[in-house]
Amino acid sequence: MDDLYRDYILEHYKRPQNFGELDPHDLEALEHNPLCGDELGVHIRVEGDRIEDLRFHGHGCAISQAAASIASEELKGMALSDVGQLDADWMIDLLGIPVSATRRKCALLNLKVVRGAVTGDNAWPS
Amino acid sequence: MPPVAEQALAVRADFPIFARRFGERPLVYLDSGATSQKPQVVIDALSAHLSSHNANVHRGVYPLAQEADAAFEAARERIAAFTGGEARTTIFTKNATEAINLVARSWGAAQLGPGDAVLITQMEHHANLVPWQQVCRERGAELRYLEVDEHGELSLQALDSELARGDVRLVAFTHVSNVLGTINPVAEISARARAAGAITLIDGAQAVPQMPVDIARAGADFYVWTGHKALGPTGIGVLHGRRELLESMEPFLTGGDMIASVGLQETTWNELPFKFEAGTPPIAEAVALAAAVDYLGALGMERVRDHERALTEQMLARLGEVPGLRVVGPPAGRERGALASFTVEGMHPHDVAELLGREGVCVRAGHHCAQPLMRCLGVSATARASLGVYNDESDVEALIGALQSGRAVFGL
Repeated sequence: MDDLYRDYILEHYKRPQNFGELDPHDLEALEHNPLCGDELGVHIRVEGDRIEDLRFHGHGCAISQAAASIASEELKGMALSDVGQLDADWMIDLLGIPVSATRRKCALLNLKVVRGAVTGDNAWPS
Repeated sequence: MPPVAEQALAVRADFPIFARRFGERPLVYLDSGATSQKPQVVIDALSAHLSSHNANVHRGVYPLAQEADAAFEAARERIAAFTGGEARTTIFTKNATEAINLVARSWGAAQLGPGDAVLITQMEHHANLVPWQQVCRERGAELRYLEVDEHGELSLQALDSELARGDVRLVAFTHVSNVLGTINPVAEISARARAAGAITLIDGAQAVPQMPVDIARAGADFYVWTGHKALGPTGIGVLHGRRELLESMEPFLTGGDMIASVGLQETTWNELPFKFEAGTPPIAEAVALAAAVDYLGALGMERVRDHERALTEQMLARLGEVPGLRVVGPPAGRERGALASFTVEGMHPHDVAELLGREGVCVRAGHHCAQPLMRCLGVSATARASLGVYNDESDVEALIGALQSGRAVFGL
């Protein structure tokens, strides 16, 4: 089996979870991957101090789409204060595949977008 | 068209990098549009200069410095002559991007103002777009774009309509598109622009490595290209300019070597081309680039073009057999440069490039520094296979084979 393009990665790529628009929503952000021009946006609905629901939209490679899809399930219900603490390792571990330096931004784009929407800090996760 | 075999150059052995293996696999290099590989003669010229003739230029009176001077200016003569230019109006820059910035700053910032327009095209590389965007914003001038049609080509009628508005001061356009492969009718565009009183700049970064270029025939006031795509080293670009314009322009960068005399409050400028070459120039790079153009000249640029044209036709035909693959740019049968940009249904171009890379097949994926063009094409990215003198049919077959295995990984 392919190390990078594992079945579950391709499954998430072809049928991503929590993709589309979410209206009304409380928070949103849109980011580009400068490497390829891909874009990924997020709509977040907040209940109390937690993410009640979220949807990603945009387009990208298998790695960026699968990462967003996989992360979306973890992010639902998460406290907003915890979102700011999420780092690159959290995302890479969750993805469960060896991500090379050149594909790192593909994997991290969704976390950058979500953290930007929640905390206003749109730095690349480290 | 004669069969590929009759057109073929057989020069791969001149390029030492093809001795490399990636695991067991040979290097299948299809990214010459980004940068070319280097023949041994270029590597040797660079090494020989640094080993035996290195000194700074335009300063020393000792014999070694005279050798460096002679080598540098002889290199300028050969590089200028390669595209039919003159040494005096051939300026060395860092790359093609810097050459365009030089014109945008030294000509554009001085000449443009409210009511003026700069006309570029939708197929420009960011290098021939962002400098104009910046200078137009600063000077209150308008930046307008010539559209690219469904064949990936420009319309001369649209050009005439733009020029008829009477406000276009400069037309900047690429000779060969780095995404579409379109070869623009540069002489026609230059002539029409000149007749309308506009000056012209041609981005020849993709053209000079792959076809005969004569800057007088191209007819532009400024023609820029870069060394590293033309078998030369990185760190050197070329600006050919019309002498009267260059003489009327203020320097771009200032400092050493570009001066005639420096006083406490004012300075007079050196003569051309040195006025535009502040600081120590790319000396060893010029010597190596001269070796590269000598090498290309010995092959003959007509033969280079015939070789790459035949191989491009073959590549387009083979790509057409891959299910779900769509090539952008001029359709089959129309003249085009030695590249194919494509999308594969169900696979993102990054994933295509990643999977091809595992088979030793090097292609580029992304927006190719042409985001406005990608938006016109309705895609966010493409994969691009671009050819050089060293490619042959085996590279095309390796590309097709790797595309098929890549599609299989994605269950297509």
